[in-house]
Amino acid sequence: MSSTVNQINDLTQQEYKWGFVTSIDEDRLPPGLNEEIVRAIAAKKGEPEFMVEWRLKAYRHWASLEQKHAEPTWANVKYPPIDYQALSYYSAPKQKKELKSLDEVDPEILDTYSKLGIPLHEQKLLAGVAVDAVFDSVSVATTFKAKLAEVGVIFCSFSEAVKNHPELVKKYLGSVVPYTDNFFATLNSAVFSDGSFVYVPKGVRCPMELSTYFRINAQNTGQFERTLIIADEGAHVSYLEGCTAPIRDENQLHAAVVELIAHDNATIKYSTVQNWYPGDKEGKGGIYNFVTKRGKALGKNSKISWTQVETGSAITWKYPSCILQGDNSVGEFYSVALTNNYQQADTGTKMIHIGKNTKSTVVSKGISAGHGQNTYRGMVKILKGATGARNYTQCDSLLIGDKCGAHTFPYIEVKNASARMEHEASTSKIGEDQIFYLQQRGISKEEAVSMIINGFCKAVFKELPMEFAVEAQKLLSISLEGSVG
Amino acid sequence: MSLLEIKNLHASVNGNEILKGIDLTVNPGEVHSIMGPNGSGKSTLAQVLARRESYEVTGGSITFDGKDLLEMKPEDAACEGLFMAFQYPVEIPGISNAYFLRAALNAIRKYRGQDEMDAMDFLPLLKEKMRMLEMDERFLNRPVNEGFSGGEKKRNEIVQMAVLEPKLAVLDETDSGLDIDALKIVAKGVNAMRDKKRSMVLVTHYQRLLDYIVPDFVHVLVNGRIVKSGGPELALELEQKGYSWTEPELVGKR
Repeated sequence: MSSTVNQINDLTQQEYKWGFVTSIDEDRLPPGLNEEIVRAIAAKKGEPEFMVEWRLKAYRHWASLEQKHAEPTWANVKYPPIDYQALSYYSAPKQKKELKSLDEVDPEILDTYSKLGIPLHEQKLLAGVAVDAVFDSVSVATTFKAKLAEVGVIFCSFSEAVKNHPELVKKYLGSVVPYTDNFFATLNSAVFSDGSFVYVPKGVRCPMELSTYFRINAQNTGQFERTLIIADEGAHVSYLEGCTAPIRDENQLHAAVVELIAHDNATIKYSTVQNWYPGDKEGKGGIYNFVTKRGKALGKNSKISWTQVETGSAITWKYPSCILQGDNSVGEFYSVALTNNYQQADTGTKMIHIGKNTKSTVVSKGISAGHGQNTYRGMVKILKGATGARNYTQCDSLLIGDKCGAHTFPYIEVKNASARMEHEASTSKIGEDQIFYLQQRGISKEEAVSMIINGFCKAVFKELPMEFAVEAQKLLSISLEGSVG
Repeated sequence: MSLLEIKNLHASVNGNEILKGIDLTVNPGEVHSIMGPNGSGKSTLAQVLARRESYEVTGGSITFDGKDLLEMKPEDAACEGLFMAFQYPVEIPGISNAYFLRAALNAIRKYRGQDEMDAMDFLPLLKEKMRMLEMDERFLNRPVNEGFSGGEKKRNEIVQMAVLEPKLAVLDETDSGLDIDALKIVAKGVNAMRDKKRSMVLVTHYQRLLDYIVPDFVHVLVNGRIVKSGGPELALELEQKGYSWTEPELVGKR
């Protein structure tokens, strides 16, 4: 095993490839958080009164939580206290006027995205993927808007949605994750600066994958974006998000909120490849990714499916969940979480069964290498009225080396006797015998490890859209490079 | 020129010396059988040939096809044409047999400067070899060795050997855990691969395998040394008398 450990150490020498900083003028608020700052954010965005009120309610609630030191401590992660008054809550690339087209976007920013492999110029786009790019706190460009508008799909930045579709924002904002939900969601509700908004009207199958690319650039800022996706009756949408950040010595806070609403017979598929800067080999720096994601399968026969590949962040605290309210509604959660070096992840899902014959599937694959600590935390709750509910949970952990850890906390709460629950769990070590077997067939050690890991994650990767699956596999190999010697 | 030349090989596992001076020469096209009681060092010899790191070579030399085998990583030895059929083939969940074997073949082809083979050309080749070993096509898409019976795993090893076409095949206890029908199928596959160039080293405890794969030479390994070598008739003698009769000679050599 010692040779495998050495290999792990070698592989982790791989540097984070997305760690460059873009030098642009930024417009940022001074550090600190109070009502004035909240009002200033709303004013910068020219928000209507209902938004200002909502933000202030959230802020007051958050301030009371902070006074009580009510920041959640139950997660299996360790980090020094965050000084919320030292952060700046708004940073935007400076721009003089409103953008009319992509040509007006700062070339430095476009260059950043092309370095990341996200060409924003529409002609260069992968056919069938519309992209919204969020740079620090604001959305800089949304592509394919016109084509989507033809079928009635609204895909825009959250700010635009507040301006142009206030009735939709008013109706759905906070309807899945209320501003009182939890410490970080409350903070987000007070200070979120932008994000993506999607509305797919009745009976429309969104003609292309929608995608948002998040980039934190500025120093000493938090990123607080908010995504709201609504699929009306019979609508169908697949949404992808990707994230990266520059290498910085200090930790940066990312506290996002995602809300999904699926009406009768609607389907929302939400895929994430999260690659925030994970910190260096000694665990210095990296993003704190404290994110609340929840979907409400509101209508009958509706479906919400989460797929996530989490390879970045110093700390991940994230539980994409489904509230299965409509009868026959379906919730899915497919997850690969990798922790290497000193990364920590506490991630999983909640499946709340309310409607009759609701069905949920949870497949979680945790990989720990280096000194990484990986925790699966999942809750399946069957309420009294959820007759005929079914859940299948599979939760596997893979350990690489002997300094990492895997932890599993499954919670099951059943209040209806007709429910059927299945739970499978396994923990295994990547075996020197497996690696040797592949090597003996001519496959190099690095490829052998990557092949074994990909095999382990297969059930999740097959849920990702094709291009994303390829990217996820590459990312996983890079994140593990050097982790097996 | 000999294909494999082992000279005064010493090897240890966890500091315990297991091989205490092995000499063996294998010429192209020859089939050698290494027999011996449990714990004599047969499997250690096979693992050392396959370049497993946990087996430390403490002395001697191994030349494979004119090159120093002890300088090679396991994957390089494989690419140079050395194949080992494992005694206990491991499972690789989530990776299909077909995908794995094509990756292996292409790694070897790449090493040799040949073009990689695409799935369209590869599948017919794999199916043909599977038919030879009487393996159902459903094994194509099943994860490597996962849920295979002992016999299926061993047949799968020989399928891999048939696809990779090594210069030297080391079969480590390939007969263990096989019933007689499966043994015949495996032997048929192995025999079909015998030719003037390809050499084999069969590591086995029992003579039974040698009824079906008749070796050119038989060597008896006891306590880390080859104590007796001969033709196929030596295996029959061992079957009748057991291994103990070779031991006085061993004592004599000390």
